[in-house]
Amino acid sequence: MTAPLLEVEDLHVEFRTRDGVAKVLNGVGYQVNAGETLAVLGESGSGKSVTAQTIMGILDTPPAFVTKGAIRFNGEDLLAASADRRRDVRGDGIAMIFQDALSALNPVFTVGFQIEEQLRVRRGMTRKEARARAIELLDLVKIPNAKNRVGEYPHQFSGGMRQRAMIAMSLALDPEMLIADEPTTALDVTVQAQIMDLLREIQTERDMGLILITHDLGVVADVADRIAVMYAGRIVEHADVYQLFRAPGHPYTESLLESLPRLDLKGQELKTIKGLPPSLTNIPSGCPFHPRCPRAVDVCKTEVPANHRLGLDRTSACHFAEEVVSRG
Amino acid sequence: MAEPILEVTDLVKHFPVRVGVLFKRTIGHVKAVDGVSFTLNKGETLGVVGESGCGKSTLAQVLMRLEPPTSGGAKFEGRDMFAMRGAELRKLRRDIQIVLQDPYTSLNPRMTVGDIIGEPFEIHTDVAPKGSRRRKVQDLLDTVGLNPEHIHRYPHQFSGGQRQRIGIARALALRPKVIVCDEPVSALDVSIQAQVMNLLGELQSDLGLSYVFIAHDLSVVRHLSDRVAVMYLGKIVETGTEDQIYERPTHPYTQALLSAVPVPDPTQRGTRDVIRLTGDVPSPINPPSGCHFRTRCWKAQDICATEEPELVVRAGDHPSACHFAEERSVV
Repeated sequence: MTAPLLEVEDLHVEFRTRDGVAKVLNGVGYQVNAGETLAVLGESGSGKSVTAQTIMGILDTPPAFVTKGAIRFNGEDLLAASADRRRDVRGDGIAMIFQDALSALNPVFTVGFQIEEQLRVRRGMTRKEARARAIELLDLVKIPNAKNRVGEYPHQFSGGMRQRAMIAMSLALDPEMLIADEPTTALDVTVQAQIMDLLREIQTERDMGLILITHDLGVVADVADRIAVMYAGRIVEHADVYQLFRAPGHPYTESLLESLPRLDLKGQELKTIKGLPPSLTNIPSGCPFHPRCPRAVDVCKTEVPANHRLGLDRTSACHFAEEVVSRG
Repeated sequence: MAEPILEVTDLVKHFPVRVGVLFKRTIGHVKAVDGVSFTLNKGETLGVVGESGCGKSTLAQVLMRLEPPTSGGAKFEGRDMFAMRGAELRKLRRDIQIVLQDPYTSLNPRMTVGDIIGEPFEIHTDVAPKGSRRRKVQDLLDTVGLNPEHIHRYPHQFSGGQRQRIGIARALALRPKVIVCDEPVSALDVSIQAQVMNLLGELQSDLGLSYVFIAHDLSVVRHLSDRVAVMYLGKIVETGTEDQIYERPTHPYTQALLSAVPVPDPTQRGTRDVIRLTGDVPSPINPPSGCHFRTRCWKAQDICATEEPELVVRAGDHPSACHFAEERSVV
C-alpha cells in the first residue's frame, strides 16, 4: 500500500485571545490519497476551515497556535519544515480555493495579472509566456472568450466566473492536492452545479487529491468518496460516503441527516437537534455533543469517547457507536 | 373554499439607472419585478423561489410598502394596498410583517431584546397598553421558544438561530395576518435551520398566519409551501401547488433548477436526470427579448426571441410561461 498524499495526525490548535483560550482543534486526523475526494462536513465553528488553514500554513499566529500534531505531505512533516519550504509547497504541492471569490481576488489587479504573478515568480516565466499560460488556464476552467477577459478586473466577472478564475489560479502551479473551502456556498444552485462539475473533471484528469470543505450534505453525497464529520474541533465520524448515508455511526451525523429538508421527499417531519453548537472557550466535558445528544447517558458527561472502529476505514467517536450504526 | 387575503396583479418595480453628477440622466431601468401576479390565500404558504437577482427580495419590499410599485396593484383583504393612507395604512402595517434574512444586521445592537420586540407597541399603542407591554414581550419570547427572563439581554448575547427567533417575535408582536419571510433560514446552520422551520410551521397552524416564503433553497421551500412560484428575471415563469412544481415541472428553468439541487443520497449518484445550464443569469437592465430564459434554454427556437410566452396552462395542469412547456420529472 502506498502512503497517503496528505496525512493529518492528532492536530491541536488553540486561539489565545483576551477572552480566554479557544480550543479550536482538539485532535483532528485524516488522510487523503491522490485522486480521492475527502469531504469535511461540519457547521460553523466546528474547525473545518481552521484545519485547512493549518495545512496551508496561513493561520495568523498569534492568536492561533498549533500545540500538537503533525501534517505530512508526501511523507514530509510540514509543521517541522522551514518557512521557505512551506512556501514552496503552497501552490506547487497544495493549493486552496476560498468561499468568497470576490474578497479572495485583489480588486486592483486584473484577473490575468493575479494568475501570471505566481508563474513569473515561481516558474521564472516572462510576461508573455505567463500571459499565454493564463489564457490556457482560463480556457481550461471554461471561461468564454478567455483571450479578451484575461485583462479584466474581478468586478467585471460574475460570481460563477470569479470562482472559475480562482480555480484557474489554484491550478497554475499544477498542485498535487487541492483544498476547496466552501467553493459553492455563495453561488446559485445552477452555477454551483457547473462549478462542482468542473472541479470533478479537473480532479479526475490530474489525479489530484481533493479536500472539499462544506456544510451541504447534498454536495457531499454527490461528489465525496469519504466523509469526515467535524464537531467542536474533533472528527466525530469518518466513513465511506455510502456507508455514512446508509447507516450513520454517530448520533450527530444521524441527527444532521434527519434535520435536513429533502427535495425528493415531501411532508416529512423535520427532527431538530436541540440546543446550540458549543462555545469553543467552554467545550462541554466528556463527549462534546452530549448536551444535545438524544441518547446521552452519564458516561457521556464524564468520559471523552475514543474513536471506535466500525470496520475498515470507518470510525465513530461515540461510546455507543456500534449501537448507533446497527440501527441504520 | 380558500379565501384570498393578498391578491397581486401585474406588479412592476423598475429602478432607474442614472449617470452624471449634476445633471443625472436616466440611461435605463433595472427591471427587478416585471409583471408579477399571484394570490395568497388565508392560512396558506406561498413559496417564491429563484436565483439571486431574480427580484424576489424587491417583491418583498414592494409588498411591505417599503418601495412604491412602478405599476400594477395589490389588494389586501379586497382593498387596494397602494391607495391606503393614514389610519388605514397604519392598520395595513400591522397586518403585514416581515422576517429578514440576516439576523445579525436586522437587529439594532444597542437595543435590548425587550425594546426590539416591544418597539412596535410604541407606534401601535392600542395593541398593548403601556402597563402590559413587558408581559406581552415575555409572552412573545416564550412563543418563539426563548427564555422570557432574557428580556434585558442584547442581540450579541444570542446565537444566529436565537436572533432569528427574536426577529420572528418582533414580526408577531402586532398579531399580523401575513408574514413575508425573506430568506429566513438561509444564514443558519443545518441543525438550527430545522428548528426555525419547525417554529414557523407551528406558528402558522397556531395563529392562522399566511406566509409569503421567499428563498433560494428549493428543499426548504418544498418543505414549507402549499403553492410555489418560480421567478426568473423579474417574472414568474411557473406556478402551481408544491406537488405540481416539484413532481411535474413543465418550464425548462424549473426543471434545470430542480435537477441542479444535489440530493443527499449517494446511491442516486449518476441515476438522476441532470440538466446543466450554461452561463449566468443575464442583466435585468437589458433582459433578452421574448422569453427571458431563452439565452440559457436548450429548447429555444426562433419564436422564443420574438414572442414573450404568457403564463398560462399549456401542458399538464398548471400555468407555465414557456412556448414548449412539457412535463418532465427531474427530482
